[in-house]
Amino acid sequence: MSGRVLAALAGQPNSGKSTIFNMLTGARQFVANYPGVTVEKKVGYFSQDAAKVELVDLPGTYSLTSYSMEERVARDFILDDNPSVVLNVVDASNLRRNLYLTMQLMEMDIPLVVDLNMIDVARKKGYEIDDAALSKLLGVSVVVTDGKRGKGREELRELLARSSDEPGRASPFHLDYGPLEPAIGRLQRRLSLDESLKDRCPRRWLAIKLLEGDENALALAKNHASHWGELADNLERERQEYERQFTLPPAQHIAFKRHEVSDNIARQVLRVKHPGMRSVTDRVDAVLCNRFAGPIIMCAVFYSLFELAVNQGGRLAAMVTPYLGQAQAFLENLLPAPGYMHEPMITSLSSWFMTSVSALLVYIPQFFILFALVAILEDVGYMPRMAFMLDRIFKRFGLHGNSTLPLILGGIYVGGCAVPGVMACRAVPDERARLATILTVPLMNCLAKTAFYIMLVGAFFPDHQAGAMFFISTITLIMALPIARVLTMTVLKGRETAPFIMEMPTYHLPTVRIVLTRAFERIWIYIKKVLTIVAAVAVVIWALLQFPGVSDTQKADFEQRGAAAFTKFEKAIAGMPLGKAINNEGDLMALFAFREDYRAEKAAASGNRQASKGVDAKFEATNPVFFDAVKHRHSKAYKAFDRLRKARAHIWRERQQARINSSLLGRAGKFLEPVSKYAGFDWRVNVAMLSSFAARESATATFKALYGIGNDGRYVGAAMRNSAGGIPITPLNATALMLFMALFPPCLATIIMVRVATRRTMWMLFGFAYPSVLGIAVAIMVYSGGGALGLSGWQAMWVYYGLALLFAIFMGALPVQKPTQRTKPTLTKGAYIQ
Amino acid sequence: MNKKITLDFLPPGTCGKILALTATGDLGQRLMDLGFYPGVEFRVIRNAPLRDPFEMEMMGYCISLRRQEAGFVEVEPL
Repeated sequence: MSGRVLAALAGQPNSGKSTIFNMLTGARQFVANYPGVTVEKKVGYFSQDAAKVELVDLPGTYSLTSYSMEERVARDFILDDNPSVVLNVVDASNLRRNLYLTMQLMEMDIPLVVDLNMIDVARKKGYEIDDAALSKLLGVSVVVTDGKRGKGREELRELLARSSDEPGRASPFHLDYGPLEPAIGRLQRRLSLDESLKDRCPRRWLAIKLLEGDENALALAKNHASHWGELADNLERERQEYERQFTLPPAQHIAFKRHEVSDNIARQVLRVKHPGMRSVTDRVDAVLCNRFAGPIIMCAVFYSLFELAVNQGGRLAAMVTPYLGQAQAFLENLLPAPGYMHEPMITSLSSWFMTSVSALLVYIPQFFILFALVAILEDVGYMPRMAFMLDRIFKRFGLHGNSTLPLILGGIYVGGCAVPGVMACRAVPDERARLATILTVPLMNCLAKTAFYIMLVGAFFPDHQAGAMFFISTITLIMALPIARVLTMTVLKGRETAPFIMEMPTYHLPTVRIVLTRAFERIWIYIKKVLTIVAAVAVVIWALLQFPGVSDTQKADFEQRGAAAFTKFEKAIAGMPLGKAINNEGDLMALFAFREDYRAEKAAASGNRQASKGVDAKFEATNPVFFDAVKHRHSKAYKAFDRLRKARAHIWRERQQARINSSLLGRAGKFLEPVSKYAGFDWRVNVAMLSSFAARESATATFKALYGIGNDGRYVGAAMRNSAGGIPITPLNATALMLFMALFPPCLATIIMVRVATRRTMWMLFGFAYPSVLGIAVAIMVYSGGGALGLSGWQAMWVYYGLALLFAIFMGALPVQKPTQRTKPTLTKGAYIQ
Repeated sequence: MNKKITLDFLPPGTCGKILALTATGDLGQRLMDLGFYPGVEFRVIRNAPLRDPFEMEMMGYCISLRRQEAGFVEVEPL
């Protein structure tokens, strides 16, 4: 009993597989992807009796065909990676259907252990299962577990650890396919003659798969068979012959037979003690899926997600923000301090970097609440109900019932993040709908966009705040749905669609562990992907804003103005104690530093009179002269220093603007102005929008600075319009800007996720290009069109809303094309129905 | 050929028995994998608020499917 064991965990969806995986491996889990596909591969480890077991969690599948990516992945892992044992988790309360997968696993000639899980649920349903009989019938070990309560853990661990000692002991169980057996036998003999094919995979399994017409098995045979042409002829003959004789395609016969045998076994081992009781799930669903109550409850669920995550989470975030600020201030202190006129590049870069990163870290509390709540909905089993209720609507727009989760994560109302949203798209089985969902999730309102809206709404629609927020929160879905439909009718036309057949699992109480694990997983994706990418891009954007920098003459001009202000200050304080204390730039910077420290400690002590007085006393004792200049508003020293500080800040700000003006990004902003001016965006808006590509939150900050939106949230831009001469912002302008932001290309992290999720650079580029074009077109329409009609921003908002709604209704009313079917569409339906 | 009844015609509350599947390929396989095979008895539970998809119960568990797909399942009402 030693060495390493590779074990795989297989089972149908909702069989409690992840609970068993967690139970066996504990915290030692890692997430990766299977090579070449986006299916998540979970690997966990545990040690038992000197054996180190590596447990791979295969995707939950109902079957092992090659129709879905998950099934192919599970199957290929078993065939190619040769696990020493496969642990088949079976839902005891759903034995008959679960055995259907077990039948297929056994055909693959691998050592199998059956885990009869969720025995508690089965017992509650009144089922009594004879596990010893099941073990005897199947010829494999059967372990009874209750994953939720950790029952059966030791037994399972021991069995898995021991499996390496008895290598290759597959079950002697043999599913009898009846009338198809002669054909299987003949094909099997043929395969055994083929030198290059016979040891590649179990021959009986391959023979059955070939008769089924399984695409991947056919490809495997085609690639490796020494005489493929002959084999293919042979196979085709066998299939036709069978279908002619029994009027049933072999694929159907095979599946039916598996069901028949599963049913037979289930009948022998299962006894129902008290049947006929209406389940709790059924009674709950009678309300939750009710024609009238269902949609109302669903809206309430959406609203509480928003209320708890965005509003309450926002309060939590506000509590965290000061600490982040303190951490940043502490780190900035470690950097070389800026001089009177000189700003060290490393300091400027680091501050920019830290500000960008902390702008994203602030969202963690909100995301954690959102992800945990969504995980609860998933774990309880409410998600499929949402899909059930929304499928009809989504289908009309080319989406799928399962698009619900990605759209919620992306921010279907307000407050989400497109990164986990795009990630969650893999649960959409239909390729066309999946791509359409991936491309529209970035149009939802992520938290960063929300902050931007709140700023604009506060500044430009102070009298209609609630209405304007409602407008922008709902308009995104109203725009996204018809866009999805247009996409499916154009670029996604001809993509494979999948049927909507979905299990409605029984409700159960959420497990704390699963909920937390899922929430942490999504948070971790966010932190990893967003922060690494955003951090890298922040540096690039900084460089683009910094270089090539101001010209030498301008630089000299700023230097000179700085020197003049300093001279003026020196004159003002000459003869005062402060004059004696400040003789050079170093002394002056010491005064600046003194002021910073004083203000920081005062802020920390705010609200506490006693502590506040203590701070005053401490600083006065350290340096009474400096204290006079930073504390006593009426002293001459204070006034002189105040003038100097303001002059310096003014010069710095102008230098900064001059730098942005001549920077590469600034030039790009000006380059776009001829087009963007029709949307009401001057070059500064363009710069803010371009820089927000890295992370949306920077748009809010850049904007406040460029347009002079004060801390009270009021627009003071008109008074502040400076020499740079831009288009003044009006409410109409703000409406155009909000709509542009709603459609604006996904941020870089999302773009990269789109690449990961679609595995095509083309989709990534498309996902960037179409919202850009659409965004600017909509903004031009609102700004120029609204302007021509003399509409105010508030009026333009609702005119646009009406138009978008009409367009959505129109697109939804277009007839939906019939689903396409993969592989030879030998449908016989239309012949006698309709 | 006499007219056969398909699953999409059954209103909520009715029980039935599956006779045959007329879909092949992806859809046919999906239906078979989820337990649709001749002889299985089922009960239509409810329609979605917008009437489509609908939910049904068979072999002790519930699944939902669109009417379009249900049109490929021939049934006999019980």
